[in-house]
Amino acid sequence: MGAYLVRRLALMVLTLFGMSVVIFVLLRIVPGNIADILFDSAGMVDPAEKARIVAELGLDQPIAAQYLKWIGGLFQGDLGYSYLSEKPTIEEIAPRIPITAKLALLALIFSTVIGVPLGVISAVRQNSGLDYVIRVLSLSGLSLPSFWLGLLILMAAVRYFGDIPIYTRTPASLWDELLLYSLPAAAVGFRSSALVMRLTRSSMLEVLRQDYIRTARSKGASAAAVNFNHGLRNAVLPVITIIGIEAAFLLGGLIVTETVFNIPGVARFLVEAIRWRDYPIVQNLVMFIALVVVVVNLIVDLLYSALDPRIRYAD
Amino acid sequence: MVVQSASASAALDDGVVLDVRGLKTYFYTRQGLLKAVDDVSFAVRKGETLAIVGESGCGKSITALSLIRLVPTPPGRIVGGAVSLAGTDLLRLDEKAMRGVRGNDISMIFQEPMTSLNPVMTIGRQIGEALILHQGLTRAAALARAVEMLQLVRIPEPEQRARDYPHQLSGGMRQRAMIAMALACNPKVLIADEPTTALDVTIQAQILDLIVDLQRQLGTAVILITHDLGVVAETAQRVIVMYAGRKVEEAPASELFARPLHPYTSGLMASIPRLDLIRGHVEAGRLQEIPGMVPALTDLPTGCAFAPRCQFAVDRCHADYPPYEEKRPGRWAACWRSDELYGAAHA
Repeated sequence: MGAYLVRRLALMVLTLFGMSVVIFVLLRIVPGNIADILFDSAGMVDPAEKARIVAELGLDQPIAAQYLKWIGGLFQGDLGYSYLSEKPTIEEIAPRIPITAKLALLALIFSTVIGVPLGVISAVRQNSGLDYVIRVLSLSGLSLPSFWLGLLILMAAVRYFGDIPIYTRTPASLWDELLLYSLPAAAVGFRSSALVMRLTRSSMLEVLRQDYIRTARSKGASAAAVNFNHGLRNAVLPVITIIGIEAAFLLGGLIVTETVFNIPGVARFLVEAIRWRDYPIVQNLVMFIALVVVVVNLIVDLLYSALDPRIRYAD
Repeated sequence: MVVQSASASAALDDGVVLDVRGLKTYFYTRQGLLKAVDDVSFAVRKGETLAIVGESGCGKSITALSLIRLVPTPPGRIVGGAVSLAGTDLLRLDEKAMRGVRGNDISMIFQEPMTSLNPVMTIGRQIGEALILHQGLTRAAALARAVEMLQLVRIPEPEQRARDYPHQLSGGMRQRAMIAMALACNPKVLIADEPTTALDVTIQAQILDLIVDLQRQLGTAVILITHDLGVVAETAQRVIVMYAGRKVEEAPASELFARPLHPYTSGLMASIPRLDLIRGHVEAGRLQEIPGMVPALTDLPTGCAFAPRCQFAVDRCHADYPPYEEKRPGRWAACWRSDELYGAAHA
């Protein structure tokens, strides 16, 4: 187990290194830099002034040198300054992370709490009316784009409550905060709940056909107890993997949802930064997201071995 | 109690633990009505082993599942008969009462020890489950009892094994654990559905010995379901032979092996590979087989179901199903020509 962890950590470092190269090179391949964009939008071009800015930001240096400077800074805890706001990158990113983290966590909870029970019900009552209703629901969840669903939710909130929770940095109470985040989280989580539901259903259907389910029934356990203790405990294993992958994918859905709900989270901020070619923000934020994804993956794998005794990470 | 003439078991005296009368389990499939178990009756006494023998698909496993009412429904359904356990007809119990019977009064060992145990639950917990359900033991007490059960089925280091998961045990160990699980609540009837089929030959003998030993020790009635006549010879006192969902012969084991009444039984016995034949001590040529295939249960012939494969079949066999009747004292069979053939063999 110890050796396994060491190997996994080494692999994580390697992944992050690869990620840093990819994002760095990609950013420089994309045409234009902050100077181009600033001067284009200003409408006037003073080549000397522009060259001065480019030099000041170090964008005239070879790409390898720029990369080393960035990575070197990273190791010293220096993330650089935002080109746009000229504030330290860390100050720009750090306050936005909890916002998106709360959204993503709520969305995950939403997708699990809705998806797993519905999937179980759907499997246990296979081919019943209820099963068909749930399956149609999940199919629609997979087909609805989350931004559109977000807009629908907003419109419905206005129509029926005459009000929508507007983002504030300091919500009055925990309840207000929950309310504020839960609408966008539901818009994003609905899609992943559909995915989780479908996987839980098929996984559960497969498990319920297994011999050990019949064995459990033959011991006199009730159908509900068998479904839960013997069925779900086995069926949930692949579902956990999907939830882990969804945790990473959620960010994509959050970009539009943060825009629709006007929430100043990381996802929307990242898109903004890309538009302005604000390299330090983009690079560091992408690295942070990559780190989160890699760590979530590790947690999922460890959880897997904790839940399935057949999986033991040997050396 | 209604006495039905169509049951040899009805003539049995006291000590009957489980009495099955006219059991009918049908499957309603797209291909049509499938009579998996058609009017099957038998009884088992305390401490007795009754073997139910037949080829795959003859309805022996569905008979077993019908007894504890775990026939997959739909498509299957028990449509008639009675299963009396100490005077109670199990087929009339509601589901909750039936749960109290399963694993407590009647329990079952399944064929595949590999897949019949839950892979993510420890052996100890799986054995303890029935104890918690039926005897209201606490988890700790159930676990302690599970360790005792593992000891009873002669598993070395039972404390450690109780904490193991199924994949950490060998096939034979797992089947021992299954037996421990089935016997945990000291049931009146133990149904063993092909308990040794999936095991190595050497392990098979150990498991059979274990079942026979524990049966003697605990006085459990055993219904042994198998296609292996060798297993029957070693363990059973009485044998029922099933073909296409129906009983075709019933007899004390020793008499059945000495002289089967039904041509199907003879065919089954002739198709056992025998070492003396293989070694060439006996001039017998090839291993015998029963020609043809088991008929589809949705498309049974009008007469005797075995007639198309029977070398002795005459017109009457193809026209009418033979009555199941007592041909000799304690010997029942459903065959038009059994008297003739039995006589001919004697002459």
